[in-house]
Amino acid sequence: MNTANQYLKAIYLVQEQEDGPASTGDVADMLEVSPASANEMIGKLEEQDLLEHEKYKGVDLTDEGIHRAREALQNYCIIERFLLEVLEVEEFRGEAKQLEGVIDETVAERLDTIIDREPQCPDCFDAEDDVCGLIELEAEASD
Amino acid sequence: MSLQRPVGSDHQLARLLQIGVVLEEVVEARADKHASVSADLDPAVERLLDHAAEESEQHRRALEELIAELDAETVPFDEIQTLVEAQYESDDEFDGVLYDQLCNEETAYKFYDDLIEAIETSETDFSIDRDRLLSTLERIRDEEADGVEEVTELMEERE
Repeated sequence: MNTANQYLKAIYLVQEQEDGPASTGDVADMLEVSPASANEMIGKLEEQDLLEHEKYKGVDLTDEGIHRAREALQNYCIIERFLLEVLEVEEFRGEAKQLEGVIDETVAERLDTIIDREPQCPDCFDAEDDVCGLIELEAEASD
Repeated sequence: MSLQRPVGSDHQLARLLQIGVVLEEVVEARADKHASVSADLDPAVERLLDHAAEESEQHRRALEELIAELDAETVPFDEIQTLVEAQYESDDEFDGVLYDQLCNEETAYKFYDDLIEAIETSETDFSIDRDRLLSTLERIRDEEADGVEEVTELMEERE
């Protein structure tokens, strides 16, 4: 997943949590980058009409930005589920974070052919815990 | 969540190679499945699928050797075959055999290309010989590129 898509995903998740515009500080925190780096990328994404940035208010994704962010989030869910279901990785959350930058969308699509993913994905994603909410429920059900 | 960064440890490298093995297993299993369910396949398509399955097996063997040196394990082929079968049967909108094969080859090419780039930009001292690692991955990537070309040519011939 490229850097722009990772930013869009982070902004989308912060907006979900805040139920409003995302502050650049929160986006920078989520991505563990400096606010200056976040500002620079936000500027680039604004030039591509993927978001609107209003000073002191924050960042709002456009419809196209939301579309791209949701695709990126879906790819992230695929990586998490693949690690858990196929490779049986216990620390799938931490590892998905490490791997998402190296796993391209086309690769995620292929991995998706061998995992079980619910049709409502990525709406079930729990932004707070950075994990598909259904994975948690499934784990509880199997306990 | 973290931004794109190069491969930073043996563990992460092994994990990525494991993903490579699974991708190869998916190609092999899907090629086998296409061949078994399509009774009246064109001989040229049949040859292509045979070749794809054979090449994928060679690729995963090469990856498995690297993974073994990193003290990690791979997912057995029969497990992936079962997963492919399960999803294959439930796939109502299955694209044509050649198109699927093209996706397989393109995906594998992209995966190895990204992985090579990530390894090249990494300063990590892996416990595996870096030159051997890169030359193996480059060879596999180039064969995937040839595969894309072969499928594309066959698709064009049939248009």
